[in-house]
Amino acid sequence: MTRPGLLLASAALMALTAATADAQDKVFRYSTTGDILGLDPHNNNEGPTNTMKSNIYGRLIHRLPDLSLEPDLATEWERTDDTTWIFTLREGVTFHNGNPFTADDVVYSFERQSQESSDMAFAISSIESVNAIDDYTVEIKTKAPDPTLLLNMPNFYIVDKEFMDENDAFEVIAGAGLQNFANANANGTGPFRIVEWVQDNRVVLEPFEDWWGQDERTDNIDQAIFTPIGNDATRVAALLSGEIDAMYPVPLQDIPRLEGEPDVTVLQGPELRTIFFGFDHHRDELLDMPGSGENPFKDVRVREAFAHAIDKEGIKRVVMRGAATPTGLMVAPGINGFQEDMNEPYPFDPERAQELLAEAGYPDGFPVTFDCPNDRYVNDEAICTAMVAMLERIGIDVTLNAQTKSLHFNKIRDHDTSFFMLGWTPGSYDAHNPLQNLMTTEAPGSGAWNSGRYSNPEVEELSVQISQTVDEEARNELIREAFRIHKEDVGHIPLHQQALAWGVRADTVEEVIQRPFNDIDLRYVTLK
Amino acid sequence: MIDFIAQRMIQAVFVMLVVALISFSLFQFVGDPINNMVGQEATEAQREALREQLGLNDPIPIQFVKWVGNAMQGEFGISYRMGKPVDQLIAERLPATLELVFLSAILALAIGVPMGVYTGLNRYSWLSRVFLTISLIGISLPTFLIGIILILTFGVWLGWLPTFGRGGTVDLGGWQTSFLTLQGWSHIIMPAFTLALFQLTLIMRLVRAEMLEVLRTDYIKFARARGLKQRSINFGHALKNTLVPVITIMGLQIGALLAFSIITETVFQWPGMGLLIIQAIQFVDIPIMSSYLVLVALFFVLINLTVDLLYYAVDPRLRIERPGPAH
Repeated sequence: MTRPGLLLASAALMALTAATADAQDKVFRYSTTGDILGLDPHNNNEGPTNTMKSNIYGRLIHRLPDLSLEPDLATEWERTDDTTWIFTLREGVTFHNGNPFTADDVVYSFERQSQESSDMAFAISSIESVNAIDDYTVEIKTKAPDPTLLLNMPNFYIVDKEFMDENDAFEVIAGAGLQNFANANANGTGPFRIVEWVQDNRVVLEPFEDWWGQDERTDNIDQAIFTPIGNDATRVAALLSGEIDAMYPVPLQDIPRLEGEPDVTVLQGPELRTIFFGFDHHRDELLDMPGSGENPFKDVRVREAFAHAIDKEGIKRVVMRGAATPTGLMVAPGINGFQEDMNEPYPFDPERAQELLAEAGYPDGFPVTFDCPNDRYVNDEAICTAMVAMLERIGIDVTLNAQTKSLHFNKIRDHDTSFFMLGWTPGSYDAHNPLQNLMTTEAPGSGAWNSGRYSNPEVEELSVQISQTVDEEARNELIREAFRIHKEDVGHIPLHQQALAWGVRADTVEEVIQRPFNDIDLRYVTLK
Repeated sequence: MIDFIAQRMIQAVFVMLVVALISFSLFQFVGDPINNMVGQEATEAQREALREQLGLNDPIPIQFVKWVGNAMQGEFGISYRMGKPVDQLIAERLPATLELVFLSAILALAIGVPMGVYTGLNRYSWLSRVFLTISLIGISLPTFLIGIILILTFGVWLGWLPTFGRGGTVDLGGWQTSFLTLQGWSHIIMPAFTLALFQLTLIMRLVRAEMLEVLRTDYIKFARARGLKQRSINFGHALKNTLVPVITIMGLQIGALLAFSIITETVFQWPGMGLLIIQAIQFVDIPIMSSYLVLVALFFVLINLTVDLLYYAVDPRLRIERPGPAH
């Protein structure tokens, strides 16, 4: 055999043995549209990335699939006065590199995550200070009474002080800039540790044998391989051929087909994100009606007319192929503050809509540009196209402006819009989050995505009260009141919650628990 | 000859600058990258600080001059999405794309030329008709559809080949190659064939047309009259004279292969340059987009230069020195 030939043969042999070595192990291979953004737990606030971080990093409190809270690194907690909490930490916990976990790590993590450049700072922004009382007790003081502190704790990631200091990685480096050590290396206390991350190619994880919860492990996997596959058809094909065990999202048109396959099951459930439409409440003159000096959206009857013109059931049936839950509130079921009895959508009634428009002085309608993303939500552009026809039926002359998300979000953030589509998942799983970000403008830090600048003094006042009221029942009443006023005002038109659809191999996977987040927590995966 | 190369080089620099300017100004319209880089809860102050840090607040001409200046020194900036230097990212991805394009080009030539010669020589045989029909499909079906059909057939129904990704690579001093393992070949063959199909049919039709043309010329008749073997007439004389247009087209097509590889790489989740650029576009990762366009322009320029040099090798008439200005 010639030399190159020998080299070739031995290389081939090596590859074959490498491929078969792990055949006995339980390997869980899963896929979604894009790669994680990075491993720095105090950066990259994005759903799938946050879930990957929670596989690797421990938090004081962990959120169960049904959205309730359970102890993680803190075993118990109590409020000693309105602004002080005492957390008792779990003893005997080690990080992936063997370092012990103590109260110092919690203090350090707070300092790191609360930096200006941290994308996750919002989750702990109400905290004034974190002090170590002893090795296994910390005292958390909030700036004001904070009823949502515990709800935000699953977004407070604990890193190892020694490890970060050794690598000079205190500073959170967002986006561009220097190379970021923490974004490429991870050392947490979570049930899985990172073996390898090849960007845009694969993330390989293995169970952490010294995890504190090892005895009560709910998963049974030996290795997990996460692969991003951007193309829908390729992802479906990879599932059908058995090269991956689970993937999401399943494109709506492929759901019936996958359900027909004997070895594949499709898991479906509602998501926490609410899709809604917003109006320009602020300008005195609508962008589309220059010279008229009028903004029809300032009249509540016009907004109500729009709400009655939208056939939400029709959109669900035709555009979403059944995979949506029409809604009447800005928050989804499962979010703290959701009001079951107020969730009835505005009824579809085009005649009433026309009457309202006539009463408001626009019997022949008016022109408006409708801003929509075309690559962000499930069938976003198709929904907007359907809306054009519905609104034209009541005489509104709609120009659809559907564009890529980076342009769309940029435009509506600058308030450069008259009528727009947006979707929102409250990061804290609490109703105050959309009140603050979408439905008010005045309190400091509010109105970041209130693109139409909806502002009602009563709602503004209620929102401030809600953020500081600790008593649950009183707080819930305030939320109800704020939602009632917003609904009467038709501040926004909530459309629906999209359905999650995951494709799972029935021949290799015993169970994957689907949570209302659109991503897989490896704790809840069992293989056959 | 040296004059010629130097002249081409100067033209190339000019072309590259124009490409850089156009690509750079195009990217001013793809949207604000900031929203992709921070979460929905980020404050306006955080956004503004990041914008300042990235130099996005500078006027566009200044951004461009800065960028060209850095590029001259081999600094292509740091990717917004990945936080790594762009040249390092491109160096990681380039081998995957180059191997894919290389294999496709070889496939296109190795299958396309013989098919073209055969259909040229045997115009009326049934096999020629079959080839021509197949080539019609290859020309008219879009790449992504062919890719999906191949995945469905060989990946899902037959289960012979993997449906996505690049596996079984061997590290050769920083160059990850697919060509040394069976697994590597099983991953590369479908995307390479998908990418090659269009070029293959194009080459086949081109060679066929050229052969038909050449076979009618006088020197072929003379060659026959001299009693040369049919084989030597077909390949030594006829085929060689069809090669100049084939080389031209192939040169241009290698550039097109690089560009078309975006679609093929997306369909097969092939971790190469195409996938990198498509993700960069979705994320408005300006440093990657600008560098990629300039790199592709560079490839085109180099390929065209190589093609010009190949003419010299193939066509003896070009080797004669050009007549002086008196001409």
